[in-house]
Amino acid sequence: MAKIFVLAEHRQGQIRDITFELLTKARELAEKTNAELCAVILGKNVQEHAKALAEYAKTVITVEDPKLENFNSEAYKRILSKLIVEHKPSLVILGHTSYGVELAPRLAAALNTPLATDIIDIAFEGDTLAVTRQMYGGKVNVKAVLRKADTYMVTVRQATFTPKKPEPPANGQIITVPSPLTEEISEKRFLQYVLPPPGGVDITAAEKLVGIGRGIKDQANMPLMEDLAKTLGAVLACSRPIVDKGWLPNDRQVGSSGKTVKPKLYLALGISGAFQHVLGMKSSDLIIAVNKDPKAPIFSFADYGVVEDLFKIVPSLKNKINEAKAQKT
Amino acid sequence: MDIIVCVKHVPETAEAELKIDSSGKTIDKAGLVFDINEWDDYALEEAVRIKERFGGTVTAITIGPQDSESTLRKCLARGADKAIRLTDPKFEGSDAYATAKILHSVIKTLHYDLILLGAQAGDTGNAATGPILAEMLNIPHATMVKKIELGSGIAKVNRELEGGLEEQLEIRLPALFAVSTGINEPRYVSIMGIRKAMQKEIKVLSLADTGLAETDVGIAGSWLNIERLYVPPVEKQAEFLKGTPDEIAAKLVEIIKSKGLI
Repeated sequence: MAKIFVLAEHRQGQIRDITFELLTKARELAEKTNAELCAVILGKNVQEHAKALAEYAKTVITVEDPKLENFNSEAYKRILSKLIVEHKPSLVILGHTSYGVELAPRLAAALNTPLATDIIDIAFEGDTLAVTRQMYGGKVNVKAVLRKADTYMVTVRQATFTPKKPEPPANGQIITVPSPLTEEISEKRFLQYVLPPPGGVDITAAEKLVGIGRGIKDQANMPLMEDLAKTLGAVLACSRPIVDKGWLPNDRQVGSSGKTVKPKLYLALGISGAFQHVLGMKSSDLIIAVNKDPKAPIFSFADYGVVEDLFKIVPSLKNKINEAKAQKT
Repeated sequence: MDIIVCVKHVPETAEAELKIDSSGKTIDKAGLVFDINEWDDYALEEAVRIKERFGGTVTAITIGPQDSESTLRKCLARGADKAIRLTDPKFEGSDAYATAKILHSVIKTLHYDLILLGAQAGDTGNAATGPILAEMLNIPHATMVKKIELGSGIAKVNRELEGGLEEQLEIRLPALFAVSTGINEPRYVSIMGIRKAMQKEIKVLSLADTGLAETDVGIAGSWLNIERLYVPPVEKQAEFLKGTPDEIAAKLVEIIKSKGLI
């Protein structure tokens, strides 16, 4: 029976959400193609994780090794190459996460396995694999097919598929495979985790956030944004380009490489809505977006949209908020 | 320290209205402004800074038609010493895998201690070319690199993980690093730099010079074959507010007030 491999992702003793997102989609694919769903987990002391995976997958392959305590793409590549050659899965699924991005292309190249990255949908069409992905920062969708092969590989965008525990649980069989690593990986070593220096503001605790992006154009416009946030009683947050330019510190960044926020109000100013940012704010109660570009992806996530130059809106908005506050008192 | 920087000449699309062209397989590029891929811009800056500190050379490489020379000129103006443009109609349609093969065919003939490129390209967004190239060259790599500290024969790099966390790795050189935006602050190009860059030679190589076969490159040599492009379906559409800025602001305040947030 054909197999579908899902690589489980875990960090610092925690299994990551993406793992169950992948397993849920993979289970659907496995049922359609009559394949066996197989979760693969590499690490040190991962038996508890293996039990959680067994609720989703028919089999769980675990490889335990003290050398796998922390993720190392080179170690993973060597072990997975061996497992893939032995089991010949029709499809190998990884997350398009910092780990998947580090590992999948190299693993695919080592095995000459056709790879599609950052996919948002996937389907077997006969024995070819069709994927949907995005280009140009989410402005265009692409349907592509992979070159015909016995094994395909994909990385899946985070938060694309909603995890759903199978009922009844799959009660999969856990198989422990001895580690094939004979020595430490000397060319690439994990040293430590690094946390950014703690900042003064916790954007995850704020009830109202004003999120600013590339559209604010110039650092000279920052006081205007701070002013609006202050008037609204909100905290200023931002998308990645603002942190890259050094206009706000790291701890104000919303998104996959920053913080996940869930305020009552998220006012997005000049933010296009790249998925990395959207991941961090899409669960906000009320999302209002102001952007000049009517096709900006942010409008697919916002409750209310304004297609206009934000510099025309912000001063008016500040005045109206002040008026509303004055009426209240 | 000899450094190779791989750069891509891409259209700026963040604020542009995109149209899908009549083939349905690509966007209509007429009227779009092209520049160095944003992520590669940081890779270039990092390379030049390393050269300024440790000495050595920076070689910029791109794959693309004649107009991509403006991106190579930018690299030269910013401090790259040499530039190579790989160009051939047969390269059209190359995915990350075929692109890595083309880059590999040339880089394997050069001396390097470090290869730098952007963590992804703003157009295709595969985030895959770097690690594939590293595998072909059989050198270690790291992606989403936010910090590079060089030692003797090794580098310490910080990689971005999710949620603001980073991991620090030690990697043996020569190595390939795919860098994230924000690793540095790319410099402006001086007039002097531009003048000097105009005089530097750009080496141009075609498929025949790479030693690759026609079937190695383009769509034939790719893993991924684009069938069609389309505008993403709207899952949820914002309710658009219209009017003068004052009218819009008043409506926004009403909405925010109705939720008890003012």
